Amino acid sequence: MRCGSLLAKRPIGPPDLPLALTVAAAIVLVVANLSPLMELSVVGRTASTTIVGGAYEMWQQDEKLTGALVAFCAVLAPACYVLFMLTLLLAARLSPVPHWAGEMLRWAHHFEVWSMLEVMMLGILVALIKIAELATVEAGIGMFAVGLLVLLFPAILVTFDADDLWQRVQWTDDGTPPPSPDALSAAESRG
Amino acid sequence: MTTASITAAQGGLLACEACHLLSRPASATEPGFCLRCGEELEFRRHASIQKTWALLIAASVCYIPAMALPVLNTTTLGTSDADTILSGVAFLYTSGSWPLALVVLVASVMIPLGKIVALAYLLITVQRGSVKSNHDRTKLYRIVELIGRWSMLDVFVDTFTVSLVQLQPLMSVAPGPGVLFFAAVVVLTMLAAESFDPRLIWDSANPHPIRHG
Repeated sequence: MRCGSLLAKRPIGPPDLPLALTVAAAIVLVVANLSPLMELSVVGRTASTTIVGGAYEMWQQDEKLTGALVAFCAVLAPACYVLFMLTLLLAARLSPVPHWAGEMLRWAHHFEVWSMLEVMMLGILVALIKIAELATVEAGIGMFAVGLLVLLFPAILVTFDADDLWQRVQWTDDGTPPPSPDALSAAESRG
Repeated sequence: MTTASITAAQGGLLACEACHLLSRPASATEPGFCLRCGEELEFRRHASIQKTWALLIAASVCYIPAMALPVLNTTTLGTSDADTILSGVAFLYTSGSWPLALVVLVASVMIPLGKIVALAYLLITVQRGSVKSNHDRTKLYRIVELIGRWSMLDVFVDTFTVSLVQLQPLMSVAPGPGVLFFAAVVVLTMLAAESFDPRLIWDSANPHPIRHG
């Protein structure tokens, strides 16, 4: 292609791997959102926080927009992405693949852009080190869960073959009209 | 790539932006929807240049208060300190963790600025119909798209510092007005990158009959 981007690549691993990874990611996501990220203790007093707790605190401190943004990027977008991928991958096992799968894959891509778990992970680490100057901080279970998610998300991406799914998605108007031969040849001759 | 090859637009076809299915548009002005995934088809993203400029200007306006206003207000035993993003970087540097200071500096100061400059450069060259270094400019666009998210870093740092350090009356941290502006810069530049249509970069090299907005 003219701009030098990768057009197609072979996904690695067995076909059920993305499904397994997505199920794992869904479970870890629940754990990450429910368990405390880190605990802080100064002279006998302790405080802990979760991801949602962080966004909620921002909201309460009159930074409603920022709080909502954090909630969206750190909780909602990853959750929607995992949920959509899960239904998609289950739908992909059906044959023929229902036509709404295409719509869903499109939305999953949108959420993927706004899901910023890896950025959040680094943000939490920086916060941890900053606060460690002032008090004793301990990483909680949630922190490790987030770390696991940061590894699982790209793993889903590299094992999932979007092109293959697109090929099998049923078209919205009943028949499956393949691109006409001249359309195909035009596509190939496209520099 | 040879000069004999034609682009999809020249051949009267267009590719879906979501699933990349190449299809024949319903009509030249209203291409309709993708048959396979239902995405609205467009030869070029609608009013791409205007929208990107608007978002970009808004982002650069927000960038100034984002850097100048404090992002965190720390209260320790009655005394209160206001920290801007830059003083946060300075704090990390003086407390001995210079790699972290560098990470925060790059993510929160340099990446947003770099994105604004890079997108402005892309817009200007597209508007002037430049045909030079198309490959490099496409690469630049892809980098802008890829690294944009990382500037959210400081928003997350502030959020978790605020939510964790709530030990009244000993010590507490409250967010400052800078956070909102900073978050606005990040979101606006991400939206600007999304509304820019990289296909425009190639249009002046391969003129086609369909006009773009």
